[in-house]
Amino acid sequence: MRVIESWVAPPLQAFLDESGARLTLLMTTAGQVIAQDGFTRSVDVMAAAALGAAINASTDALAELTGAGRFGAVLHQGSKQGLYLRAFDTPRGRWIGLVVYGAESSAGLVQLFFQQLTEALAGAAPAGPGNVPVLAENFEHELNASLRSLFGR
Amino acid sequence: MNSLMETLERVTRVAGIRGAMLVSESDGLVVAEALAEGLEGAAVAALAASLTLRLRRTAQTAGLAVPAVVQLKAETGTLITVPAGDDLLLVAVAERDANLGLARIELKDAATRLAS
Repeated sequence: MRVIESWVAPPLQAFLDESGARLTLLMTTAGQVIAQDGFTRSVDVMAAAALGAAINASTDALAELTGAGRFGAVLHQGSKQGLYLRAFDTPRGRWIGLVVYGAESSAGLVQLFFQQLTEALAGAAPAGPGNVPVLAENFEHELNASLRSLFGR
Repeated sequence: MNSLMETLERVTRVAGIRGAMLVSESDGLVVAEALAEGLEGAAVAALAASLTLRLRRTAQTAGLAVPAVVQLKAETGTLITVPAGDDLLLVAVAERDANLGLARIELKDAATRLAS
């Protein structure tokens, strides 16, 4: 597990221990990575964060279009793996969690322990500014800084 | 769906049964539920499905048949799960002094009806 901010680590570790998730990514709605577990290549994290943020934006737009308000989560169940994507509010702004799980876990377990993770993060978040909007000219620098923190290079 | 709810409610009419649920076993998600207030259906479903799946694998690994009933007795009550067809599980939560014998009979009847 690698995290950008250390206070995220204990709640995330508890989630990983309980849920049995294979891959986990926490990011802002702009796609800035907060924490990851299970990814071995930074390029995969970049792609997953970009796709996760894009899916979240698409489902938000779809929910608004259909008058559904806001969807709680997106769940894709494959034959061998499932994917759970959920946006949630934290004292540091709105974040997105992307979780890939296999047969050793289940949608119900991931859903249950992810809810506990969101509550633990809300309780552990230090006071401070929320998500800072990322300007286009800063995006690459921010992304590279996050990936250096996450992968140690 | 009405007959499904009727089946679950029939289980909950047994004295001391606090709730019954039909759960997707591989997903751990609630299909239908008839629960007393205060019971967290989604959480119980996820954990009960995971527990039952692991116990089934344990039994199979040990060369035993698939468990027909899983009964978890805790300090203040009992959790009972019964297979109810393809990837479905019937789950009941009972109080400590519930009539577990009758509850098991009702659960097996309900599971047979749901599986047919």
